[in-house]
Amino acid sequence: MKTGTIKQILLITDGCSNQGEDPIAMAALAKEQGITVNVIGVMEQDVIDDQGMREIEGIALSGGGVSQIVYAQQLSQTVQMVTRKAMTQTLQGVVNKELQQILGGGKTVEDLPPEQRGEVMEVVDELGETVELDVLILVDTSASMKHKLPTVKEALLDLSLSLNARSGDNRFSVFVFPGKRNDVEKLLDWTPKLESLTSIFAKLTTGGITPTGPALREALSYFNKKRSLRSLLSRDDESFFEESV
Amino acid sequence: MMMNPSLKNLCKVIPGTIIQGKWHHNRYTIIKELGFGANGIVYLARYNNSQVALKMSDNGMSITSEVNVLKSFAKVQGSALGPSLLDVDDWERPGKMVSFYVMEFIKGPDFLTFLQQKGPDWTGVMVLQLLADLQLLHENGWVFGDLKPDNLIVTGPPARIRCIDVGGTTLQGRSIKEFTEFFDRGYWGLGSRKAEPGYDLFAVGMIMVNTAYPKRFNKVSGGIGEIIGKVKQSPNLKRYETVIFNALTGKYHSAREMREEILQIHQPDTYSRSRRQQQKTTSGNQGRQQQRTTTGKQGQQRSTANSPMSHSMAANGTARQTRNSYNKKKSKKSSSLLETVTIIIVISVLYFVYIYSQIT
Repeated sequence: MKTGTIKQILLITDGCSNQGEDPIAMAALAKEQGITVNVIGVMEQDVIDDQGMREIEGIALSGGGVSQIVYAQQLSQTVQMVTRKAMTQTLQGVVNKELQQILGGGKTVEDLPPEQRGEVMEVVDELGETVELDVLILVDTSASMKHKLPTVKEALLDLSLSLNARSGDNRFSVFVFPGKRNDVEKLLDWTPKLESLTSIFAKLTTGGITPTGPALREALSYFNKKRSLRSLLSRDDESFFEESV
Repeated sequence: MMMNPSLKNLCKVIPGTIIQGKWHHNRYTIIKELGFGANGIVYLARYNNSQVALKMSDNGMSITSEVNVLKSFAKVQGSALGPSLLDVDDWERPGKMVSFYVMEFIKGPDFLTFLQQKGPDWTGVMVLQLLADLQLLHENGWVFGDLKPDNLIVTGPPARIRCIDVGGTTLQGRSIKEFTEFFDRGYWGLGSRKAEPGYDLFAVGMIMVNTAYPKRFNKVSGGIGEIIGKVKQSPNLKRYETVIFNALTGKYHSAREMREEILQIHQPDTYSRSRRQQQKTTSGNQGRQQQRTTTGKQGQQRSTANSPMSHSMAANGTARQTRNSYNKKKSKKSSSLLETVTIIIVISVLYFVYIYSQIT
């Protein structure tokens, strides 16, 4: 079975949006385009209020992804776990769709006896190991995130370490919001390695509002831009990758 | 880590609840909760008057994944690493179906508690047992992944180490799915998260460190120096320093290699003792190491001088002297050569004298 690339947006934030479009609607829009939105809420001593909590869960729910609220110390493990979990979910969705066509009558993996489920799971595992993965990371840099940023950086380096152990290709890009001039600013273009983050993150300035909705919208359009560009160059692109490997 | 609230609520079951499977119709009575991990909750349950462990999760796929691992463990002959699988089924709760599997209930204290009760003498023995199991697991193409004292239970007597959580077990060559930072070489900046034997051996090294630092410690900047610094500070770890260093820096290619080096650390004492006994009684019958020593031949020892095995193989005659200085391979080699040459010279001189005396 040949699957396309898995596309994810990973939103790291510590509270509620306060400007622009409804982020939950933007996440739903992403899902419609086949992009999963995962959200991680980072706490320190402060606790995320009810409203923020609801928004975080809402974004992940309508974005077809996974959400998790963690203390900053546990961020590294959570980032990789959430990404992996969402990836497996997506793949399960794909496999389930195939199964429904084979079995008919809206049956899913859960309707199979446990003995046969194991074989399906092996397919999902195998796909999770080999499929291409694009993750666009969206980091909240509003004032309250200031002292959490070093931890975020660590977590992202750790994520690239985890995912690069897979045999499939990964590409990451990193955006922060609010940006210096716009709602969103690009920190890092598509790259398989996140090591270059170390120097960029040190220079980051924090402050201002939290335009989560506009940030998600921008991220989406960036995904689309890349897709159209790639479809133009797809042949060359692939051969280039093979050569470089 | 904060759990998904949905997971906790769905799988929370009060003692006394009867769980009946949808497919195989077995009935299990929940006795109490044993613990919970990232993928579900484990309960102690009763089935036909015997105690079993039952793990359930609302994420059916993670249950299926673990069942796959346990099934393939069952095919490995003689492996006692994971619990044996008894049943897999679904439990239909109103509103939501919960997948579960039933396994053998492994009773005993966890690794660190056991060592606290019995003392540090047991560290070596337990690690040796663990490495023997890992060797078997690796030979069958798996890597344990999330290896840590919390997942290790010591049953007995006789004391036997067992693993209880196979959620992190991964096929070799894939990427590690689940890990705990302290035992993860990626976290310390000492390697990748690719599933290979060295990944587990790193974790074994850290488990040994953990025995001296039960509360563990956090990374400051990462790297080997930081951990070895802690090892040097601990009197109980001092004898294992080289082994830990090698395990953490990926020097071992297999669990067997690491195992043999630990055996060697425990050897020198047994050695001198067994040698004295050997001199009294010619038939060596005093335990495992002893038996191995008597099978060794001098010639074998020469040819395998670079392998750690050679140290444990005893040799009669000339090589005996060299054992005292076996830590330094170089000096050992040259001294044994010197010895041989001396003996040959002495014998030829004696022989020459003998021939000469015969002639005259």
